[in-house]
Amino acid sequence: MSSAAPGAAELEAAHRSGRLEWPVERLTAKALDIRRDIVTLLSKSQTGHSGGPLSCADFGTALFFHELNIDPANPRWPERDYWHFSIGHVTPVIYSLMAERGYFPLRDLMKFRTFEGHAQGHPSAHDTPGIEVSAGSLGQGLSVCNGVAMGARIDHHPRRIYCVMGDGEQQEGQIWEAAMFAAHYRLDHLCGIIDYNHKQIDGDVEDIMGVKPLADKWRSFNWNVIECDGHDIPGILRSFAAARAHGGRPSVIIADTVMGRGVSYMADDYRWHGKPPKPDQAETALQELGTSYAEWSARLLAH
Amino acid sequence: MTATITLPEKVEMKKTREGFGRALVALGEQDPRIVVLVGDLSESTMVHFFAEKFPERFIQVGVAEQNMCGIAAGLAAMGKIPFFSTYGAFASCRAADQIRVTVAYTNLNVKIAGAHGGISVGPDGATHQAMEEISIIRSIPNMSMIVPCDYWETYKATLAAAKHVGPVYIRFGREDVPVVTGEHTPFAFGRGEVFAEGRDLTLIACGVMVYEALRARETLATLGISARVVDLHTVKPIDRELIARSARETGAIVTAEEHQVNGGLGGAVAEVVVQQSPVPMELVAVQDRFGQSGKPAELMDAFGLRAKDIVVAAQKVMERKRARG
Repeated sequence: MSSAAPGAAELEAAHRSGRLEWPVERLTAKALDIRRDIVTLLSKSQTGHSGGPLSCADFGTALFFHELNIDPANPRWPERDYWHFSIGHVTPVIYSLMAERGYFPLRDLMKFRTFEGHAQGHPSAHDTPGIEVSAGSLGQGLSVCNGVAMGARIDHHPRRIYCVMGDGEQQEGQIWEAAMFAAHYRLDHLCGIIDYNHKQIDGDVEDIMGVKPLADKWRSFNWNVIECDGHDIPGILRSFAAARAHGGRPSVIIADTVMGRGVSYMADDYRWHGKPPKPDQAETALQELGTSYAEWSARLLAH
Repeated sequence: MTATITLPEKVEMKKTREGFGRALVALGEQDPRIVVLVGDLSESTMVHFFAEKFPERFIQVGVAEQNMCGIAAGLAAMGKIPFFSTYGAFASCRAADQIRVTVAYTNLNVKIAGAHGGISVGPDGATHQAMEEISIIRSIPNMSMIVPCDYWETYKATLAAAKHVGPVYIRFGREDVPVVTGEHTPFAFGRGEVFAEGRDLTLIACGVMVYEALRARETLATLGISARVVDLHTVKPIDRELIARSARETGAIVTAEEHQVNGGLGGAVAEVVVQQSPVPMELVAVQDRFGQSGKPAELMDAFGLRAKDIVVAAQKVMERKRARG
């Protein structure tokens, strides 16, 4: 059931500036491409994180191909929305979303974490066009987004700001400093998204350092909390719409996800948090995703 | 450039942090991109002048220095020129990771104002006497750092920090300190100033120790030793040319700083000296120990940060210079 690799025309359509507002069907297909990209680039690099990138793939696709007002050809477009992955280690999904959206060529994904490529292990503003603020030390991104949001307020700019966080990351104290600030200043143009995949490097989040009840924590910090299935694209789109419509408070979408989603042997297994699949494992994964390493790496290298 | 500063017997005393606070107001008037953040220390860091004048560009963050650093980063990413201010201990240590990863790695145009640097903070004791900022900040790529010596130099350093594109840390103190420079004394970011000429050795100082060095020079003159005094306000990027030239021309160096000896101004100067023109050096600094409560003046005495300590170090370095022939 190998779906044909998309042609130049389809890629170009994904590179348009502004909000794409793609329909669910198209987003679903793109999310599959993103998963194929992730497994392929990890197979090539043999270094990097698998689990989190796969759990972010669906809401990440909805964010980039429906919600965000951006211009990949002009990453500093003054009208742009601001997006930031505070979980810098999910670079496979960040770079894949960026490349599919048109920030840089798909072939760059095949140089992930290499000396000659720009795609650093964790996102680097110095190296990758479109990364505005570097990340990699957990807990810092929401503060950056607070600053962007305050800047927009000072300028009376209609920019919206999206910050992707992890569930393990909720253990960082700075997250709660930032949460307090955003609510205090009523930053309703700020939307957090938590990849609630219930796993972190050392095991289950609730075993390592429990974050429950997560939604209640954010509610008690005076945020508008929206809970959804992080793999249900219609539900994700409704959540984005609800966040956009809510005034007076920042919103956080707690996206319930499965670590390693889309690859049977990785799903819900914390041991896949921080390692790549070996080439034969990747081949199995790519077969499950309806392609092969040969086919998908050729597609990446062709663009 | 030689400013040739001669101190009167009684010197006017003024706070460096007031120079910062006043300069921010001037900057706010000139440039709408200036935004000021504070972590619950508006009057201590003297950003309240700015807050009164430009409330829409003033952000109270509360007691959350890590968050404050990140917010400044986000503002800078959107083209603002944010200054965030707190005590140096919290700016350089509490927010060190945020400075390293978010601000410096991205090379964002964030200005960090660390007040209450040095032992002269006084009664608050060791936790609030920041004495590690130079070592920490100068080891981070892309960071610049200025340690001005008095009110006017802090004023100018603040303007210079805003003009420089990239992250800058400014360190200033708590107490009234001698006003050594004037409104028109030359100041250039990244360049040391020769405040007094001399032949036998060079005293290189930053912060309040510049005053102590000038006083030490007077005493040394009575002992027949001619000391050059260099105000090395910009600790990074460091003025390699002036340091190497002073080493060559005077043949001995004493550094003086109100900071830990490990990795501070003395270390920074030594890095240049050993590579470009090795000469005997002595380092006047806090000798790898925490501070304590006390009156600023008695602490400066007890921690060996006075003109007389510079004189002793100068005599030592002169002996070593002579022994070399």
